[in-house]
Amino acid sequence: MSDVRLALRQVWYINKAFVRNPASLFFTLIFPLMFLVIFSVIFGNGRIEVGPGTIVRVATFYVPSIAAFSVITACYTNIAISLTFARDSGALKRIHGSPLPVWSYMFARIFHAVVIAILLVAICAAFGAVFYGATLPTATLPAFALTLVVGAAVFCVLGVALTAVVPNADASPAVVNGTILPLLFISNVFIPLQNPPQWLDILGKLFPVRHFADALIGSFFQLSGSGLHTNDLIVLAAWGIGGAVVAIRFFQWEPRV
Amino acid sequence: MAGIAVEVLDLRKSYGSLQALRGISFSVAEGEVFALLGPNGAGKTTTVEILEGFRRRDGGQVSVLGFDPALGDRRLKQQMGIVLQTSGVDPYLTVAETVEMFRGYYPKPRPLNEVISLVGLTDKKDSRVTKLSGGQRRRLDVAIALAGDPSVLFLDEPTTGFDPGARRNAWEVIKGLKDLGKTIFLTSHSMDEVQFLADRVVIISAGRIVAEGTPDTLAGREKAAASIRFKLPPASELPAAIRSQAKAHGDFISIETQDPTRALYELTSWAVQAQLTLEGLEVTRPSLEDVYLEITEGSETAGAPA
Repeated sequence: MSDVRLALRQVWYINKAFVRNPASLFFTLIFPLMFLVIFSVIFGNGRIEVGPGTIVRVATFYVPSIAAFSVITACYTNIAISLTFARDSGALKRIHGSPLPVWSYMFARIFHAVVIAILLVAICAAFGAVFYGATLPTATLPAFALTLVVGAAVFCVLGVALTAVVPNADASPAVVNGTILPLLFISNVFIPLQNPPQWLDILGKLFPVRHFADALIGSFFQLSGSGLHTNDLIVLAAWGIGGAVVAIRFFQWEPRV
Repeated sequence: MAGIAVEVLDLRKSYGSLQALRGISFSVAEGEVFALLGPNGAGKTTTVEILEGFRRRDGGQVSVLGFDPALGDRRLKQQMGIVLQTSGVDPYLTVAETVEMFRGYYPKPRPLNEVISLVGLTDKKDSRVTKLSGGQRRRLDVAIALAGDPSVLFLDEPTTGFDPGARRNAWEVIKGLKDLGKTIFLTSHSMDEVQFLADRVVIISAGRIVAEGTPDTLAGREKAAASIRFKLPPASELPAAIRSQAKAHGDFISIETQDPTRALYELTSWAVQAQLTLEGLEVTRPSLEDVYLEITEGSETAGAPA
């Protein structure tokens, strides 16, 4: 069997375990929709005029925000926590002792998470369009899709890299949420920042969440142009490369005692 | 003559200032059941994990099926089966799915149902891993190790935590694997296990080899003095021929002798003539455990860092 087929076969098993785990299903699939509903209730879903004669629902901005959140949950959070659990249970060590190539396994993990992320975003968008009248991307769809895939892959790699500093499985939810929650609040994801203090603005821009959120929201709805946020994507890619270097150098297959 | 499956020459490994392995050498022939024995911290797991490719050595030479395991060669991994001391599997997959997943990694896997029945999990085939008992989980570990039809199997304390029945079953499975021609490298705490399974035993203590042999001849066990024990009836006196060898332990008398045939003859013919019954009469040789305890105790002191 070729290594690519081995990797795809692994995706199938990863998915099987994923759909049978009620916690992962709930937190990955239902959680984001819950946020979408909560935001719409709290902030309302009024009509706003975004350009001469163009009126959209506010949900048109919530949907890509929640989409960004879903991608981060499905990729960064999910990968970091499930890999740490697999590592500490000894499952990764066993895989490492088998002839399955290391990259096939990692590729399978990342590929699965990216597919789940795309699915989630599609569900979010459909939900937002049907229940809240959100405007879906048309001309900017290619830019949106590109941002989605790049962002998902980068957050997967960062999730893998993060496991290097997670001491044990019990600590993984705390470390993962501790690193990501503050960023979600200062990065236009949960709350659109209006005139933030300059330091907060700069702080947010140092990290990848802000760039991903801006690029995704910006390519979901745009009055004109392709919606491509090249600079944000470059920063994201740089974080991805940095994450890959850390992951390759420090990733551990054996439980930490 | 069988080839060499595993060869280790002057293997050394330190963790910081602790010398876990101080230069050990041994070889394992193809088709042999080889047991590495020793107290906790002796270096058993370090040795087996170096052979499996999980740990790096500091010095010496290691070859498994002609490969250096430190290089992580896939052709070697395809021929090795590993049962780690502790290891996890995905709890949400079933027994059959788990074994099938691992089978896919190997070029010539053993048929799924055969692997599952070999470890006695046929009834649990479609159960999720979460539903298995501890002993069943361990058997799944062995099934995974067998999935690729390996020629060398590493079993690191495979029956720790088993109840006696499950242990006996596991032993039968391992015996069956030997009959299939597999080379089996076993580490163990259990003397019964080694006595039952191993063709050859190496005992390590504090990172050094302290004894080597078959379970029956280890440390001259077959030639060691036998011990005759019995209760001496009140107001009786032993015959002169054995009196000098006798030692009293409370009510019991023990006689250590290199010639138990003769000593027993002297003892019993005297008792029969005097119309005495020797209660609790028994003749024993040092068990593998006695030998092991004696060896590891002695070497612990000798091997202590200066």
